[in-house]
Amino acid sequence: MPDSGLVMYEEEFKQIDAELSKLHQLANAKVTFLVDKNGQLIASVGETQNLDTTSLASLTAGNIAATGGMAKLLGEKEFSILFHEGEKDNVHISLIGDRVILVVVFDQRSSLGLVRLRVKKSSEVFVQIFSKIMDKVDKEKENKSSRSPFAEITEDDIDRLFG
Amino acid sequence: MSFINYSAREINCKIVYYGPGLCGKTTNLIYIYKKTNPDSKGKMISLATETERTLFFDFLPLALGNIKGFKVRFHLYTVPGQVFYDASRKLILRGVDGVIFVADSQVERMEANIESMENLRKNLKDQGLNLDAMPFVIQYNKRDLPNVVPVEELNRVLNPRNVPNFEAVAATGKGVFDTLKELAKTVIMELKKKS
Repeated sequence: MPDSGLVMYEEEFKQIDAELSKLHQLANAKVTFLVDKNGQLIASVGETQNLDTTSLASLTAGNIAATGGMAKLLGEKEFSILFHEGEKDNVHISLIGDRVILVVVFDQRSSLGLVRLRVKKSSEVFVQIFSKIMDKVDKEKENKSSRSPFAEITEDDIDRLFG
Repeated sequence: MSFINYSAREINCKIVYYGPGLCGKTTNLIYIYKKTNPDSKGKMISLATETERTLFFDFLPLALGNIKGFKVRFHLYTVPGQVFYDASRKLILRGVDGVIFVADSQVERMEANIESMENLRKNLKDQGLNLDAMPFVIQYNKRDLPNVVPVEELNRVLNPRNVPNFEAVAATGKGVFDTLKELAKTVIMELKKKS
């Protein structure tokens, strides 16, 4: 759905957060987070206190986008999994349902095999949650029961943003 | 595309600075970064070459304040201006909510401006977006230099749609926030229209 913005509702956010926590625990990860393909952070779980998650999200999306560009040039549809190995920490990045990116940061307390296995299981859950969200967005559009915070915005509201 | 998070009560929008090489896109971002309250900005990320030419993109997250109880954040990106980085430019335009075209006002860069504008139009089209139907403003940068093209002429060549345009000297900050503010306004009004 390239022409519609992502919308996140309370109910699905809780489900996403719960699945990220589960993955964090079962994969023995340091951090797990979910990013929109356009670089917006959706949710994160784990040792995020000293992490600039906003920047990480943007760079992750750039990374996936660049790799996707390479894939096309090589005649592949996409490279759906990326793995970066560091001295201490490793990053496992995977594309889910062509819409969101799941990132797992882990160290020697875990292993690539375990992370891959747990990511695969969680991916199925995330696919379901996001298809539910998209259905909900479509329904809201049809109903026009516009809960959008933009509906009643005035120029004054916007001017105030810039102080 | 915008991301509305009802759970975190946040709205995120993506703004891209486009334009020919060395026109001042990164300089715009650096000025915004310097002049913004530390509480309302994140880290500025620059993926640049050793000679400080943008290689992939610059990124600056900006939290502007609240509208109707929602925190409004803008994610500012620049593209690499050099012609041969076209593949990267295309990627950065993905999911864009509004574009600021930074034109280099110098006479000798006129052709580069035109080429970059055509490139922008084409790259947006490749993603199913129409430059004429989306939030768009133009900034005429480097107005302090001696050999600049008059604004009327720049408008005639680069701005047939007559979108809001601003004279600027990004290095000193002149016109930088005016440009951003105008685009931010248009982006939010566009979201309102869609809602």
